[in-house]
Amino acid sequence: MSVNVSMNVNGRAVCGEVEDRTLLVEFLRENLRLTGTHVGCDTSQCGACVVHVDGRSVKACTMLAVQAEGAEVTTIEGLAQDGKLHPMQEAFRENHGLQCGFCTPGMVMSALDLVERNPDPSSAEVREWLEGNLCRCTGYHNIVKSILAGASAMRGGS
Amino acid sequence: MYAFNYHRPDTLEAAAAALAAAEDGRVMAGGQTLIPTLKQRLASPSDVVDLATVPGLGGVRREGDAIVVGAMVRHAEVAASAEVRAAIPALASLADGIGDPQVRNCGTIGGSIVNADPAADYPAAVVGLGATVRTDRRTIVGDDFFTGLFETALDEGEIVVSVSFPVPRRAAYVKFPNPASRYAVVGVMVADTASGIRVAVTGAGDSVFRVGAMETALAGNFSADAIRNVAVSQDALNEDIHASAEYRAHLVGVMARRAVAAAAG
Ligand SMILES: Cc1cc2nc3c(=O)[nH]c(=O)nc-3n(C[C@H](O)[C@H](O)[C@H](O)COP(=O)(O)OP(=O)(O)OC[C@H]3O[C@@H](n4cnc5c(N)ncnc54)[C@H](O)[C@@H]3O)c2cc1C
Ligand code: FES
Ligand code: FES
Repeated sequence: MSVNVSMNVNGRAVCGEVEDRTLLVEFLRENLRLTGTHVGCDTSQCGACVVHVDGRSVKACTMLAVQAEGAEVTTIEGLAQDGKLHPMQEAFRENHGLQCGFCTPGMVMSALDLVERNPDPSSAEVREWLEGNLCRCTGYHNIVKSILAGASAMRGGS
Repeated sequence: MYAFNYHRPDTLEAAAAALAAAEDGRVMAGGQTLIPTLKQRLASPSDVVDLATVPGLGGVRREGDAIVVGAMVRHAEVAASAEVRAAIPALASLADGIGDPQVRNCGTIGGSIVNADPAADYPAAVVGLGATVRTDRRTIVGDDFFTGLFETALDEGEIVVSVSFPVPRRAAYVKFPNPASRYAVVGVMVADTASGIRVAVTGAGDSVFRVGAMETALAGNFSADAIRNVAVSQDALNEDIHASAEYRAHLVGVMARRAVAAAAG
């Protein structure tokens, strides 16, 4: 069966026709062409697909598009403002927080949920928080460094 | 994932009616187990009934000597709830140790207990704290709720509404997590409650179980030493790539002693 869904994605009202079984990540990537949200595993393990739905980080591969009906969704594409990277994105660039970049959108979206709850996390808290985000390249060290730097920048630090 | 019809009822009655009318209906809560199951085609329901917009299934509240958690309350909400942290910190920390932040942001207590995964954490709280489960039809004592591997006492189409946890004098939950998924290889809830000492083990068997010998020993002396010599039989314990039955039996003792020490401290 197909249905119409409407939601707000990155501040823009969008709608589209999907099947009941269409995943949110498919709707974002295929209907809206927002391909910054990645699919790494499709089995709820890797976190490459993390987006925010009504302010909470979720795995977009483990949510149906219809479940996000009426929701506020933010993807990695929604972070930069007027061509200027978000401080967390900038921190990943500055601190070599990515190599191939496949995990990065999910890492950044997950990190922002952490900083929202805990503006000044310790490095142990960052590592603990990244339980649901896998990276095959970096060894995590620079990701943690990036998130700490991003959190500091968001607090207004240097 | 096979095709299905998605429903979003606005009342509990409408949800029950949608399930009853479906050829093969399934409730959806956080979807963190259901969606992976559908993707793997381990289930192929004709209809999926989402409880997200059903009123009365959310919220955490204190009711007399108990904390009542709505079926649709997410793990992250239990972990962050001031009410739960004050009355039953062991329950808040159990919820905080489930999976990862994104799973905790979606997964619900109702979905977790109905799924009755042998390695899930919440069953240890339901049985270990002597909780009761309220459904749209009746109230089920926690000790009777879990009936086997992925099996519960629920009837066809029955919907869990809330779980009521009596506030214990002291309690602690300690698990040996699978390093990848955080599911419990073995998890033990120890609680000193108005109805006596309770020790409930998840992860080790087909389903959560109590260890009577430990409960008796702890009733006389609530200390880790009191259960040092209580042996747990490895018969009928789970054996898989993560741990042998013998290792799980050993872990039950270690996790139980750590939980007693944490509760007593
Ligand atoms: C990567 C990952 C790691 C995880 N790690 C852990 C862990 O460490 N510990 C742990 O305990 N769990 C873990 N889980 C499972 C997680 O806690 C799930 O959220 C939970 O098991 C199911 O809850 P849900 O709300 O997502 O339910 P759903 O997936 O929506 O539903 C699960 C089942 O319950 C039924 N159901 C749901 N709500 C009701 C209701 N109110 N009444 C009747 N039936 C209902 C559904 O029909 C379905 O059969 C993990 C999951 C993932 C994906
Ligand atoms: S693609 Fe969603 S968790 Fe891996
Ligand atoms: S940078 Fe390649 S997977 Fe993380």
